[in-house]
Amino acid sequence: MTKDLVHIGCGAGFAGDRKDAGGPVVDTLAKRDGPKYLIFETLAERTLALAQKQKLKDPAKGYSPFLEAYVRPVLERCLAHKIRIVSNFGAANPMGGARKILEIAQELGCRTPRIAVVSGDDLLTVMSEGEIRAHKSIEGLPIGDGIVAANTYIGARPIAEALAGGADIVVVGRTTDPALVLGPLIHEFGWAEDDWDRLAAGTLAGHLLECGAQVTGAYFADPGFKDVPDLAHVGFPVATIGRDGAISVSKANNTGGAVTPASVKEQILYEMHDPSAYLTADVVLDITGVSVAQESDNVVSISGARGKPRPDTLKTTVSFDGGWLGEAEISYAGPNALARAKLARDVIRERCLERGSNAEYRFDIVGLSSTFDGGSAPYPGRPAPAPDGDFRVRAAVSSHSKEVAEDLADEVLSLYCSGPAGGGGFRRNITAQIHTASILVDRNRLAPSVSYCGAET
Amino acid sequence: MTIVLETVRLKLHDIAHGRSGDKGNRSNISVIPYCEDAYPLLLEQVTEAQVLELFAHKGASAVKRYELPNLPALNFVIDDALEGGVNSTLNLDLHGKTLSFMLLAMPVEVPLDRVREFTNGRRG
Repeated sequence: MTKDLVHIGCGAGFAGDRKDAGGPVVDTLAKRDGPKYLIFETLAERTLALAQKQKLKDPAKGYSPFLEAYVRPVLERCLAHKIRIVSNFGAANPMGGARKILEIAQELGCRTPRIAVVSGDDLLTVMSEGEIRAHKSIEGLPIGDGIVAANTYIGARPIAEALAGGADIVVVGRTTDPALVLGPLIHEFGWAEDDWDRLAAGTLAGHLLECGAQVTGAYFADPGFKDVPDLAHVGFPVATIGRDGAISVSKANNTGGAVTPASVKEQILYEMHDPSAYLTADVVLDITGVSVAQESDNVVSISGARGKPRPDTLKTTVSFDGGWLGEAEISYAGPNALARAKLARDVIRERCLERGSNAEYRFDIVGLSSTFDGGSAPYPGRPAPAPDGDFRVRAAVSSHSKEVAEDLADEVLSLYCSGPAGGGGFRRNITAQIHTASILVDRNRLAPSVSYCGAET
Repeated sequence: MTIVLETVRLKLHDIAHGRSGDKGNRSNISVIPYCEDAYPLLLEQVTEAQVLELFAHKGASAVKRYELPNLPALNFVIDDALEGGVNSTLNLDLHGKTLSFMLLAMPVEVPLDRVREFTNGRRG
């Protein structure tokens, strides 16, 4: 019997997404016929460098700190209903993540899963720091000293291979996000390496699912303009993908949220640059011919993805030591609050700048201008705020010296006794920074491989 | 005889929605009309030059507009708009996630007789 439809749900769109989102997705998938998958996307650009640091401290760690929170509530039902899990929560230590899942399965008393571990994304295992540094970064920024991590976005083929090897769960480190979806589709449909239009459709399906509820009404709601029912319980997406590349996106049963052409269009263009050339490790996706249509309530179909041959190079994120970020904040509220906040800002600015440090500073008044502003001039078209409002002064500095970061925070703290009237709610945050740069490496330098742990086939 | 239609000044937000994303020091912002028929108006009024001007105070150096008549939608890619990008900016909003609403605050001139139609698709 041919399997012409594959069902894929998403349980997390980033490291730190809702821990209870996977449950309703699994309930929904369990009722579907045909091959079923649950993906978790848990790696951001900076997450991997933090994970590498964690692994250096403890070789058993370095997988996603949220792995247990995501896997434990759904593992038993996934295994019972043959819902296979594919996730990049391996981060810097996929094998460590796999062992942790085995441990959870044992504690829960469910059958021992067969877990595939995809490795080979760590560029530092095949390239010296010097050779990495010799690459020009895409952003044009120099790669600084103290490389912490260099992980390459590998494609969907190793995931498909892992599934062909009978894995109940696939744990990957750095992979392209859409590969979490494309891998299962390649495995189920046997799409050829040069079947560009099909690979493009699978990549688009992955792009729609990888950000979790961003396609089902979350990060979309704008009251009075784009109303979304029961956002507090927004359902995560469940898509059905056909052998021919037809995509239909819906959401978990008995949840809030909304799947509409508008919500789908926003996610299609999310983090997209040239819509005719969205580069991935597997295919170059062209969405210029894509159209969307509401099929039924909360079901949207997407068609028209086209593909072009995959690039010869793979993107690698290089993470390196970025010094220190110092941040501190204090609030002013009530009568004449704006003037007191401005005075506080001016006092800190004057005192920091007269230190003569060449560090980069920034001073904001939250409620007057902060994120829209460049840190200096007010942004155009800004409505005048009420002078008696509720304002928060924020100062930030980036420096290779921890003392400079702490010094800034101390300046803001000193406003308690030496600043304008009525300042309160001081908070400080001093964090070690990791900077990143992207390079393109010859894809032949990396040889991803699959190994297994847990149950034999 | 030429008929001059009166227009009314609205915020782009009244007739379109969008989302911003980031890659390095580059921001992309989609602009999607609520009503498909408003797409030509966006093409005419939401130009590369205007978006560059809107983001100039943040240090933006170039804007590329991509047109997607099929959806329909526009996609703006703005270089150097993120004060260094997620890992090095001092902005409170590391990713520039709020910036789609800065673009949506831009004024547009909408023909009076089409206001109802162009704002009608909201709550979608």
